[in-house]
Amino acid sequence: MPSNPGDVILFVILSALTVAGGLAAVLLRNVVHCALALTGAFIGLALLFLRLDAQFAGFAQILVYVGAVAILVVFAILLTRSSETPATGVFSKTWLAGLVVAAAVFAVLAWAVLQSEPALPHAPGEPQVSVMQIGNALMGQYVLPLEIVAVLLTAAMIGAVIVAMHEKKETAK
Amino acid sequence: MSPLSGYLLVAALVFAIGLAGALTRRNAILVLIGIELMLNAANLNLIAFWRYGPHPEALTGLMFAVFSIAIAAAEAAVGLGLVISIYRHLKTTDLDEINRMKG
Repeated sequence: MPSNPGDVILFVILSALTVAGGLAAVLLRNVVHCALALTGAFIGLALLFLRLDAQFAGFAQILVYVGAVAILVVFAILLTRSSETPATGVFSKTWLAGLVVAAAVFAVLAWAVLQSEPALPHAPGEPQVSVMQIGNALMGQYVLPLEIVAVLLTAAMIGAVIVAMHEKKETAK
Repeated sequence: MSPLSGYLLVAALVFAIGLAGALTRRNAILVLIGIELMLNAANLNLIAFWRYGPHPEALTGLMFAVFSIAIAAAEAAVGLGLVISIYRHLKTTDLDEINRMKG
């Protein structure tokens, strides 16, 4: 059970910010406004992470998503000139089917969460996790995944540059 | 309602919003935005289960979420690179018009 009403009010405000940002990112007609609303949703999620005592993940979320991914999205919008709203509408021809699928997925997930309510774990104490512990874990137990992620990020960066690079005409021999 | 199920419901809602965006929008960038929202909802689930799970000091859920954030960044870079490349070829990012795989 939530310990005090202040926690509940804060949780409701942060969830409302996140959900409103997500809804606006999906529903707005102007793509630049969508990117801005997406940033709001990312910030709301980062604050939820902080509320869950996951400081490292919260700040990583702000650095990576608000700092990098949002900027990448804005760059892509500018480079593809999608900032003007198309006259034919912003939703695809099969939007109704997509909406039904999404609503069905949410219904199933919410039903599963509410059904399994008594079985969910609820540890009372808040975990004391310092950044030092996280660093030691990353360099000890999780060093192999860390190296693999490093290689993956390098490969993804090179791949993204090559894919998005201008093709020279008549270069193939 | 316990706090964990509150977080799980919020994550399910964000996931459904992202799925709806990925399935209904015409612009390829908006589809990528929907995918990012879905990944973030999964991260919220991981961290909520880590926080309220029986062994938070083992750091498993937190580490999974951190690695997932890193991989989502790589996915966003490659995805947006692909969108820019498709725009160069076809002069559009409208997914209803991109209906052939021939370059």
